[in-house]
Amino acid sequence: MSAFHTVYPATAPGDATPATQRNVPNRGGTANPSAAALAAQFPNAVRGHEVVNGETTVFIDAAAVADMVRWLHDAPDHRYEYLSDVTAVEYRDFEREIEVVWHLRSIRLRRFLRLKARLAKGAPLSVPSVWSVYKGADWLERECYDMFGITFEGHPDLRRILMWEGYKEGFPLRKDFPMRGRFSRSEQLKNALAANPEARYSMEELTVADAFAELPEDMKRRLAGGEKTGE
Amino acid sequence: MATTRTIEVELSTTGMGADGKPRRVPLVTQGGEGLALNAPPAAEPDFDLEGEHMLINIGPQHPATHGVLRLVLELDGETVVRCIPHVGYLHCGFEKIGEYRQYNQIIPWTDREDYLNSIGNNVAFVLGAERLFGIDITERCTVLRVIASELSRIISHLVWLGTTCIDIGAFTPFLWAFQERENVYNLLEGWVGARLTTSGTRVGGMAADIPDGWIDGLKGFLRTFPKTIDECDRMVTRNGIWVGRTVGLGVMSPEEAINYGLSGPMLRASGVAYDVRKDFPYLDYETYDFDVPVGSQGDVYDRFLVRMEELRQSVRILEQAVKRLPDGPVNIDDPRIILPPKAKATSEMESMIHHFKNVMEGPRPPIGESYVPVESPKGEKGYYFVSDGTSKPVRWRIRPPSYVNLSAIPKMVEGHLLSDVIAINASIDIVMGEIDR
Repeated sequence: MSAFHTVYPATAPGDATPATQRNVPNRGGTANPSAAALAAQFPNAVRGHEVVNGETTVFIDAAAVADMVRWLHDAPDHRYEYLSDVTAVEYRDFEREIEVVWHLRSIRLRRFLRLKARLAKGAPLSVPSVWSVYKGADWLERECYDMFGITFEGHPDLRRILMWEGYKEGFPLRKDFPMRGRFSRSEQLKNALAANPEARYSMEELTVADAFAELPEDMKRRLAGGEKTGE
Repeated sequence: MATTRTIEVELSTTGMGADGKPRRVPLVTQGGEGLALNAPPAAEPDFDLEGEHMLINIGPQHPATHGVLRLVLELDGETVVRCIPHVGYLHCGFEKIGEYRQYNQIIPWTDREDYLNSIGNNVAFVLGAERLFGIDITERCTVLRVIASELSRIISHLVWLGTTCIDIGAFTPFLWAFQERENVYNLLEGWVGARLTTSGTRVGGMAADIPDGWIDGLKGFLRTFPKTIDECDRMVTRNGIWVGRTVGLGVMSPEEAINYGLSGPMLRASGVAYDVRKDFPYLDYETYDFDVPVGSQGDVYDRFLVRMEELRQSVRILEQAVKRLPDGPVNIDDPRIILPPKAKATSEMESMIHHFKNVMEGPRPPIGESYVPVESPKGEKGYYFVSDGTSKPVRWRIRPPSYVNLSAIPKMVEGHLLSDVIAINASIDIVMGEIDR
């Protein structure tokens, strides 16, 4: 089909040379040069880097991540224009810090970089959001908050996403969260039946409570009396 | 991006041509907007109009949301002003469960997240695990995994094509697509014994080698399948209704698409030639001869064209894979990782011990982490493993392409009509099993 042609990536003048397909770091090509460049640019915030299984990880201070990511996104020699993932790791060793992980990718230069920030468990778990640089961080950060309880400062709408709004049992992917949940099956069922779904939705989104107020009087009476509909 | 594009559209209203076929009318679109047919709504909805905005709830149980997706739409007349997606209805905690399972025991969970691409997920999972273990797989296994990945890409794209056709109002391509999908499932059934939930791979190899004569079945499929693609192509690609309902909808510019983290056909339709198979090759994909289709406008129609072309490219890859499939062992020769044959495990002491240790304790990777992205039909998919040296991962993270793709839906639908929301949502190709996990 003639309509198909490569529009992007087009290497702009001043860009570094793209790695060839055979030459990616995990195939024995040169290691990702961005790690050293990042350390030179942010000497106070980079704690070091390591290459494990051909993947470069840079350990950074959590507070600096937004600036670093902005620089990596814009710098002509790096151009990490794609945010692949935001997630966190908690180790089984309870003393060990929680790690927040950003997977960055340069589509133009065929590079992959992992940023890691360590958060001590005593202090509030909080890192700056990278949403202002990558819009794709929106749901990824929300999920990370939902599952680990890490707050992303500057995120426009940090709510739970996979669990529901009124979920009170904590953060499921934390190691102190038991796999079967905090309550027994019968307690979970009891809680679910006793839940008041009308109170759960925000007025902003779909005002179920309002919709109830607008129902005809007799229907309101029947529903308020606990009558089930439809069955 | 090109600003104008010409699509030849068949319109039955213009009558038949001299050759007895529907007459083709060139449709020039500009900047992603169709001029002749369904002109999309003005970009800026007129907020000054009298009347209240209306809230519409679509889903979570709605056939056009492809699963349990819930969309809350704020409408001004018929124009979407705001869209709030709600996900999580299918959340099962796969990642949590994986932390309590050995590596090979997680593979059945990968079937069940993106269930249209189950054997492709199996392959993606073991690729990540094998980098963690430091394993090099055999040549035959590499080619078999390419065959598995491309077959599952065909399945996924066929389901996408069929369901999207139904969403937009064409029923026949759905039947044709599902018939071909059935043929692929028959092939998979002959190979691994299961159709939908395949669990076809193991760390270090495959669950089973292909049976005798299986390649002939695959060759037969590769002979007939391109005809079905062409038939579907003839049915919809130049169909006036199809074009009218897809052109100019949900446009994402290349910069936006990258910034929103889109991947796969969504990203390529916007003109970004990023395909993990080409850019971060795995399974020797760089040695196969295939093209990466790229769209020019980034609308729903381009996403359709890209997926149709990817079906053809998958056939090309499969033809090459069939030709080069070498003889030899499928699994690596390492008793610490691969189970011994059943006959040996019940007759030889040493094999029995290996079998016992493998099943009860499981293979142990060294301390480390790995992330191998693969090109799943939905986009860049990868499993991120963190190991502390035990037989169960500390963290098993799914990088879900359709989750990230779906997060851009408010950006894509706002300003369009309510009926276009269905077409745009269908074009994302979501699988809620993968989104909610």
